Amino acid sequence: MSLTPVVMHSYLEAAVFVSFVVATLLGAIFAVASRRLVRCVCGLALSFMGLSGLYYYLQSPFLALMQILIYVGAICITIMFAMMLTDPQDQRLPRGRGMVLEAACLLVAGLMAVGLIVLICRAGWPVTSAPATPVDTFKELGRALLYRYGFAFEVMSVVLLLASLGALVVARGGRRAKP
Amino acid sequence: MNFLLWGGQLQVYLIIGALLFAIGFFGFFRHRTLVGMLISGELIMAGAALNFMAFGRFRAADVVAGQTFALFIMGIAAAEAAIVLSIMIAVYRNYRSIETKDLKDLEG
Repeated sequence: MSLTPVVMHSYLEAAVFVSFVVATLLGAIFAVASRRLVRCVCGLALSFMGLSGLYYYLQSPFLALMQILIYVGAICITIMFAMMLTDPQDQRLPRGRGMVLEAACLLVAGLMAVGLIVLICRAGWPVTSAPATPVDTFKELGRALLYRYGFAFEVMSVVLLLASLGALVVARGGRRAKP
Repeated sequence: MNFLLWGGQLQVYLIIGALLFAIGFFGFFRHRTLVGMLISGELIMAGAALNFMAFGRFRAADVVAGQTFALFIMGIAAAEAAIVLSIMIAVYRNYRSIETKDLKDLEG
């Protein structure tokens, strides 16, 4: 196969996709396996960056943008704040019974992953190439949020309002006013 | 399976979602602090959202259903993170620690 520009282009596309996949999985492994919590949060941010690239490959640039804005920009920062306000201990090296427990967790999680992957590979999904997407998912998404999913959208805004009010109440409760 | 076509295959995304779920599951039981458990919970939710997106892209009649659900999952995750932050602060004020082994009495 000669390297015409078209072939080069498809190779480049596949390489970028694989790098997003690697970022997602490596970041996730880093987030659960590191012993220092700051590094866990950085791994989480890396994983979410990779995930936003995968969303881009799933033809939804809006979700990719929201992923970076909400997860990396808001949730990772919130977790950082939680760490700074509560001063958690870093994970200690497990020994004795802790080691056995950790190995058991790893075994169960590995079995679950293998089982799910076997199921996915043997499920025999009807062979469809990716459907030709409409060019403008932005417009469609906005319309769906306001018409078909309008009620769910409103309920979500109430949930967010209650969550922020509840967070204020819970975090403030128990703090006494100075005499 | 051709390596060049991975970006357009349903199974590839499902496998990544399953791996994210398993990694998050492992972290949820491994971490000894509430912060670590929150991080792992976010990974599990991300795996679920990726599954919704993949099925919405490849299998659904409605092109935006999967994206809408992923957006709602993001909203739920943001609300959850805010609540968990405030609970952690409340717990830390009472116990001076957020390690799960220290949180074992129910007195108010």
